[in-house]
Amino acid sequence: MTELLASVGDGLVIAKRNLIKIRRVPETLVFVLISPIMFVLLFAYVFGSAIDIPGSSYREFLIGGIFAQTIVFGATFTGAGLAEDMQKGIINRFRSLPMSRVAVIAGRTASDVVYNAISLTIMSITGFLVGWRINNGIPRALAAFALLLLFAYAFSWVMALVGLMVPSVEVVNNASFIVIFPLTFIANTFVPSDGLPGPLRVFAEWNPVSSVTQATRELFGNIPPGTPEPDAWPLQHPVLYTLMWVVAIIAVFAPLSTRRYRRATLR
Amino acid sequence: MPNVIEAAGLTKRYGEVIALDGLDLAVAEGTVLGLLGPNGAGKTTAVSILTTLVEPDGGTATVAGADLIRQPGEVRRRIGLSGQYAAVDEHLTGFENLDMIGRLYRMGRRPARERARELLERFDLVEAGDRPVKTYSGGMRRRLDLAGALVAAPPVLFLDEPTTGLDPRSRNDLWVIITELVGHGSTLLLTTQYLDEADQLADEILVIDHGRAIAQGTADDIKGMVGGERIEVTVAHSDEAEKARSVLAPFATGRIESHGGRDTTLVVPITGGAPVLTQALRALDGDGIGVRDVMLRRPTLDDAFLALTGHDTAADGGEDDD
Ligand SMILES: Nc1ncnc2c1ncn2[C@@H]1O[C@H](COP(=O)(O)OP(=O)(O)O)[C@@H](O)[C@H]1O
Ligand SMILES: [Mg+2]
Repeated sequence: MTELLASVGDGLVIAKRNLIKIRRVPETLVFVLISPIMFVLLFAYVFGSAIDIPGSSYREFLIGGIFAQTIVFGATFTGAGLAEDMQKGIINRFRSLPMSRVAVIAGRTASDVVYNAISLTIMSITGFLVGWRINNGIPRALAAFALLLLFAYAFSWVMALVGLMVPSVEVVNNASFIVIFPLTFIANTFVPSDGLPGPLRVFAEWNPVSSVTQATRELFGNIPPGTPEPDAWPLQHPVLYTLMWVVAIIAVFAPLSTRRYRRATLR
Repeated sequence: MPNVIEAAGLTKRYGEVIALDGLDLAVAEGTVLGLLGPNGAGKTTAVSILTTLVEPDGGTATVAGADLIRQPGEVRRRIGLSGQYAAVDEHLTGFENLDMIGRLYRMGRRPARERARELLERFDLVEAGDRPVKTYSGGMRRRLDLAGALVAAPPVLFLDEPTTGLDPRSRNDLWVIITELVGHGSTLLLTTQYLDEADQLADEILVIDHGRAIAQGTADDIKGMVGGERIEVTVAHSDEAEKARSVLAPFATGRIESHGGRDTTLVVPITGGAPVLTQALRALDGDGIGVRDVMLRRPTLDDAFLALTGHDTAADGGEDDD
């Protein structure tokens, strides 16, 4: 028990250290701030005018998808941060200390929740300005934000493993595109999944990014009345299905990345 | 004196490369072992294994009474490491770096802070202490990294090439600091490519090459293994260096090495001292070879290394490591 508390303490020390970097290198924040604004405006005005969803404002429909996509992309920070620590060699300092073996990664995934919270805030404000509204009450909206952050947190563990495996920060960025683009586009993020052809539709329906998006839309009240109930089980129970993924991802990737961290050799 | 570090038969291979090939070593309490070898000899691998960063393929070791394989956590509690490349966080200040390490040693908030300030003072970093490390010079980073190794005042210290890449002044500063540390009773394993550094800092020197020990002893012992003296002759005209070499060959007891600008200085191993020197100079004069400088001296560690490994310390000992 005391060891567990001490490990949490180690994680917090690492998280604090990562957050100091945001203060010292504010340029990193610029990316976090600009790209969500860009996404919201781009999708709202470029696609929003072209795609028509019957009985609804496409902009309202889009916001859930943009939120989900942006926070999944946010996990790239986790991978890049760990890859940088490896490259700079400070990992060797951490590994030679009698600290918890999971704390460096846990601290990183924790501090990246702050990044994601900032970008969600910015996106919400931008969304609000272009006409997006919360139609289902504040408590449900808060639940939506919490679910988004939780999913982002879990996904950070995936990119943590990537960050510890690749030789440099640039590779993390490329690798994340390969993983994240299909995940966020073969989904209901920007178009309803029932319009997709066969296999893509199945993928989209079982894709956790779709369930986060669906849950977010439901909780924000962004699904227009009269929209037919989705056929797929995950989209019928999006909150539950998302939470299952959160647990599964952490259960698999936390041990894998910790193992990788223990063996990491610098070269 | 009991051995604080003891390793037997350490082996490690990376694919084709055998980084360590059955290395044994022992460091007695309160002494300094200098692990001396050229680039690629296996120094960093040995330090990484003994500090639990890398698992050996074979062999056993105890560090400060803890078994390396079975109690790696205990080992980490009792050691301090300053690796070959300074492991400091560029974005944090010097103070924040040390404070963070203290917290990760689980020292508690206040003690960690106090220790950080104390170390900044001791390593002459007080003024820079609240600036991000990004702004530090190489020597300052190195000192901060060394301070990081000392945060928990561990009884055993590992320093991997602590002065490589530093200017002579920073190098000297570090020598003073390291000598002080040892004066306080720390046990230290230090690696270096510099023979004068090992000579200066280490009680005992272990020369390694290709992952194997090739000689061990005090600096004097190792010089003794080489024996004899050296004549160093610098010829006046560089185009006469080759001719001088053949004239001097009959006096040499080993290979004649050359260095200096355009290899105009020849190092000739001899036995017999001054009389041999006189004969050698006469021979050069007889062939009309102009001599600009000449010296008779005892072998240095550089010569020893050359004699022991067949190549000099600057030459590649296998793979380059950076
Ligand atoms: N992580 C690694 N992967 C592959 N080869 C390595 C690795 N680390 C060291 N080596 C190789 O092992 C040998 C010993 O390296 P090292 O211990 O770094 O030597 P030194 O510190 O004495 O320069 C070298 O040939 C080096 O190239
Ligand atoms: Mg090395």
